[in-house]
Amino acid sequence: MSKILLLQGNQAVVEGAIAAGVRFFGGYPITPSTEVAEALAEKLPRLGGKFIQMEDEIASMGAIIGAALAGKKVMTATSGPGFSLKQELIGYACAAEIPLVIVNVQRVGPSTGQPTSPSQGDVMQARWGTHGDHWLIALTPASVPECFDLTLRAYALSEKYRTPVILLMDEIIGHMREKIELPESYDEIPQAERKQPDCSPEDFLAYATDDSLVPAMPAFGSGYRYHVTGLIHDETGFPKGTPAATLAATNRQYNKIHNNLDDIVEVDYYQMTDAEYAIVAYGGAARAAYDAVDCARAEGIKVGLVRPITIWPFAEKQMQNLASKLKHILVHELNCGQYVLEVERAVAGKVPVTLFAKYDNEPATPSEVLAEMKKAFK
Amino acid sequence: MSMEEMIDKYFRPGRLPHIWCPGCGNGIVTGCIVKAIAKLNLEKNDVAVISGIGCSSRASGYLDFNTVHSAHGRAIPIATGVKLAEPKLNVIVVTGDGDATAIGGNHLIHAARRNIDMTVVLYNNNIYGMTGGQYSPLTPEHAKATTAPYGTVERSFDIAELAKAAGATFVARGTTFHAPLLADLITKGIEHKGFSLIEAITGCPISFGRQNKIGGPAEMIQWQRDHALPLAAFDKLSAEQKSGKFPIGILYQNNDCKEYTEAYDELIVAAQGGK
Amino acid sequence: MLKIYTERCKGCGICVAFCPKKVLAVNEIEKVEAVNEADCIKCGQCETRCPDFAIFVEK
Repeated sequence: MSKILLLQGNQAVVEGAIAAGVRFFGGYPITPSTEVAEALAEKLPRLGGKFIQMEDEIASMGAIIGAALAGKKVMTATSGPGFSLKQELIGYACAAEIPLVIVNVQRVGPSTGQPTSPSQGDVMQARWGTHGDHWLIALTPASVPECFDLTLRAYALSEKYRTPVILLMDEIIGHMREKIELPESYDEIPQAERKQPDCSPEDFLAYATDDSLVPAMPAFGSGYRYHVTGLIHDETGFPKGTPAATLAATNRQYNKIHNNLDDIVEVDYYQMTDAEYAIVAYGGAARAAYDAVDCARAEGIKVGLVRPITIWPFAEKQMQNLASKLKHILVHELNCGQYVLEVERAVAGKVPVTLFAKYDNEPATPSEVLAEMKKAFK
Repeated sequence: MSMEEMIDKYFRPGRLPHIWCPGCGNGIVTGCIVKAIAKLNLEKNDVAVISGIGCSSRASGYLDFNTVHSAHGRAIPIATGVKLAEPKLNVIVVTGDGDATAIGGNHLIHAARRNIDMTVVLYNNNIYGMTGGQYSPLTPEHAKATTAPYGTVERSFDIAELAKAAGATFVARGTTFHAPLLADLITKGIEHKGFSLIEAITGCPISFGRQNKIGGPAEMIQWQRDHALPLAAFDKLSAEQKSGKFPIGILYQNNDCKEYTEAYDELIVAAQGGK
Repeated sequence: MLKIYTERCKGCGICVAFCPKKVLAVNEIEKVEAVNEADCIKCGQCETRCPDFAIFVEK
């Protein structure tokens, strides 16, 4: 049984969170993400879950880290300025390998910027916002139904790889209302499971791993007592500052993600089978690109859309494959050019790359995208 | 249980000696936390110790509980998440004066306001020790620090008064000289259902005592003996006599305020239609 | 009887200063030792204020 609803992207994230088993949310009000907090404040207690509005964005990251250690699936939601404040503890969550999901509904920045206008200006911040070498996963929905699906996927990935996952939305997707078909009950939705130790508490080493390179994570209070720190640590979980320990910790955290790119990196292709040209666009900016591709095809231009769903780690292999098949790539994003830098790096000059940057508070129309295609592909 | 047995039971094996400097009082305070847990006979699996960053915050690594050495100033929000998600845990926050009252000051007052059940043991050594002796919000006015070479012109917080004003329902102060009292105050703080703050006055001979010519480790503890007074005795002094002295013991207790996680559980019952 | 864990002792001298019977001394390698254990009255002042868990009084 399913139900048909008309929902905002932010509301679909909430439904996805409930379906994924999220039972703890810590947040702070900020436009344009506030609907996520408001809806979970209402829904979580009814499910026996907990919602807490913390004193600031840093504290809300702290609260979800604590709740994750206590065994819960957790979420926080924010936008630009709040995302900046969360970076400190995003780094902690990377270092200590805490599974959690951060929703960032992007708005125009820097600083207060344009709180109610869409932007994709946090793409690089999502990857490099916290200090130090680190790796995490960021997913970018381009429709309301995809907000639900990618929220579920965010939990599947964060639990499987014990990593923060950023659901990198934008104001278009967060506030847009669309039809969405959801199951009547979420009981049948598979729940991502956190790996548990297969040894006794006496033999447990908090950061020892098998071939997956992902350590087991028992909940506080389960009987497995261990130490969690943001200092470089060895498999015992206790600080160890030797060059060998630093190398081992860093390499394992890199490899646990990068050994599994085929599982993690997802790209959507539209009209690409016979394409000679491609437009690369993601999230809200992809909406106009779909229409523009249809218009261009009607005019005989063999163009397709390449839409990264996993925005980080970067779809390196996929972009490199395009380089050998295409005559030209147009990258369209709602910023002054961030993701394009990665595309250019990946194709390494084998195919020309043109940027259509839109950063005036408003998304491009399909006809604007079409015009940019024609200019680039002639 | 003897102190030696407590160390064997509640400290992680093989992790002593600890990293603190010779004469640092942090070990005494940590010993008092262990004494309190032993006295209450808390199940080790049911205790979570969350610390921030700084000298005192290294205590969590030595203790055989569910422990988090978190980020600078952030122990209390992480402890809030642990407690709200798993209220059966006894949550103890280990923090220092810089960690809790400067970078983490906002979290401290809001946790106090919520009256969430946790016991904050604030190791107050009046200085940033880990970074080598910079002044904190609890460095006394005119005291010297590496970032206040002429003496600080900033006034210091009375953190006990601040916690009380912010809504903490158990506020106490002890010193490393009065270690048995300190252990007793921590015991009562853990027993108290609500937000409790115990300020533990502890000496930093290397980064505070030396710069301020207080003397070595023993002299710093003697200074505590000579300047601390039980609250009842302190209250009898004139304003002039109080100058330079400070009260110790339970400074404030209020058992009539609803604890946060209990209030939240009632909210859940109401949201579910009173089932 | 006093039990001293020499490897934990950092020679800070707190126990020496607070011992009412002058039982303890810090030696030349900056470790505490009982130089006059016969006078120990087991008051526990040393154990109470040792920051390093290095000295215990066995009753």
